[in-house]
Amino acid sequence: MEHFFSLFVRSIFVDNMIFAFFLGMCSYLAVSKNVKTALGLGVAVIFVQLITLPVNYLLQTKVLGPDCLVEGVDLSFLSFILFIAVIAGIVQLVEMIVEKVSPSLYATLGIFLPLIAVNCAIMGGSLFMQQRVGMDPASTQAIACFGDSVAFALGSGIGWLIAIVCLAAIREKLEYSDVPAPLKGVGITFITVGLMSMAFMCFSGLAL
Amino acid sequence: MANKNKEILGQPIWGNNPVVVQILGICSALAVTAQLKPAIVMGLSVTVIVALSNVVISLLRKTIPNRIRIIVQLVVVAALVTIVSEILKAFAYDVSVQLSVYIGLIITNCILMGRLEAFAMQNGPKESLLDGIGNGLGYAAILIAVAFVRELLGSGTLFGFQVIPQWCYDHGYMNNGMMLMSPMALILVGCIIWIHRAQFKDLQEK
Repeated sequence: MEHFFSLFVRSIFVDNMIFAFFLGMCSYLAVSKNVKTALGLGVAVIFVQLITLPVNYLLQTKVLGPDCLVEGVDLSFLSFILFIAVIAGIVQLVEMIVEKVSPSLYATLGIFLPLIAVNCAIMGGSLFMQQRVGMDPASTQAIACFGDSVAFALGSGIGWLIAIVCLAAIREKLEYSDVPAPLKGVGITFITVGLMSMAFMCFSGLAL
Repeated sequence: MANKNKEILGQPIWGNNPVVVQILGICSALAVTAQLKPAIVMGLSVTVIVALSNVVISLLRKTIPNRIRIIVQLVVVAALVTIVSEILKAFAYDVSVQLSVYIGLIITNCILMGRLEAFAMQNGPKESLLDGIGNGLGYAAILIAVAFVRELLGSGTLFGFQVIPQWCYDHGYMNNGMMLMSPMALILVGCIIWIHRAQFKDLQEK
């Protein structure tokens, strides 16, 4: 249980998807103009991450890993294709379910859901999970059981949400400041994210 | 080569660069640029994958049903990335370890999906090949520029060779360790965008 919480907190602050690994940067920069839509996309990312990562975990440990399906066969070279197929399929499925069950949620999340299929944070989460499955179980980063993969999924999703909401809030204020013309818009956003990421680096010494 | 083809190839390298103008493919552009060597390998891998996937999708474009095109595109790209990743593991193992998950993340690199959707679905294989190569090289150019500055100022080396002479260190010059940290990559890309938009005034935001 202790490992569950330490993994959860670490993946929010220390191994933050945006600030430590730059994953999901494209939609992060494109959809952070105001807090409300940023929040919508953040929730959608948590949602999809929480479903796809444990599914891919099961796939990795039960099907792809060495000696899982057939004795002596390691299928992990197929992981890219399978992971992305799972992600694209689940995103499609989630989109259809949300549309059917809650049209109002669909109206807010709807446009972001297809975007998430190609969000690096989701694919990156699965690939990091694959790396961490083989780690020494005593390591703080190891994902040793199904519960750990849920903790990692939830933590990295929440970390992404915090990052995008913070940036959106800063960009809303930035509208009123006097920025040199060529730097306006994207340029200053990059520099802002750089400074935020420097601030987040202070968590890297966190011992959990 | 016809003028139009030259434009397709040359435009994305600086004028309509995928990274600094369209803000695509940032994720990997930032993470692999602490040193020149992985940056060049990454740039070349992306160029090869964009060019080939552009050709494949362009050949298939009339047979792909519109509703499932994203999944088809992803599968084509994922297959190509798997091949490149296996080749790197076989011939450049140390670089592939350095690049770790970022090779796999080429699949979700927005440049790929962007070019497939915007170009390869409407154009023939020859133009698509040129477009892919152009965009890949544009991406590689930014990666190399950022990696050059980061490696030179961060560790005083280029391709792992010492370029800043010892007497500089003897007189009190110090490597800027901050350059090796991830935030500086973002700030450097911000500066490249600044220079780029100072040159192309019509891209500036009001």
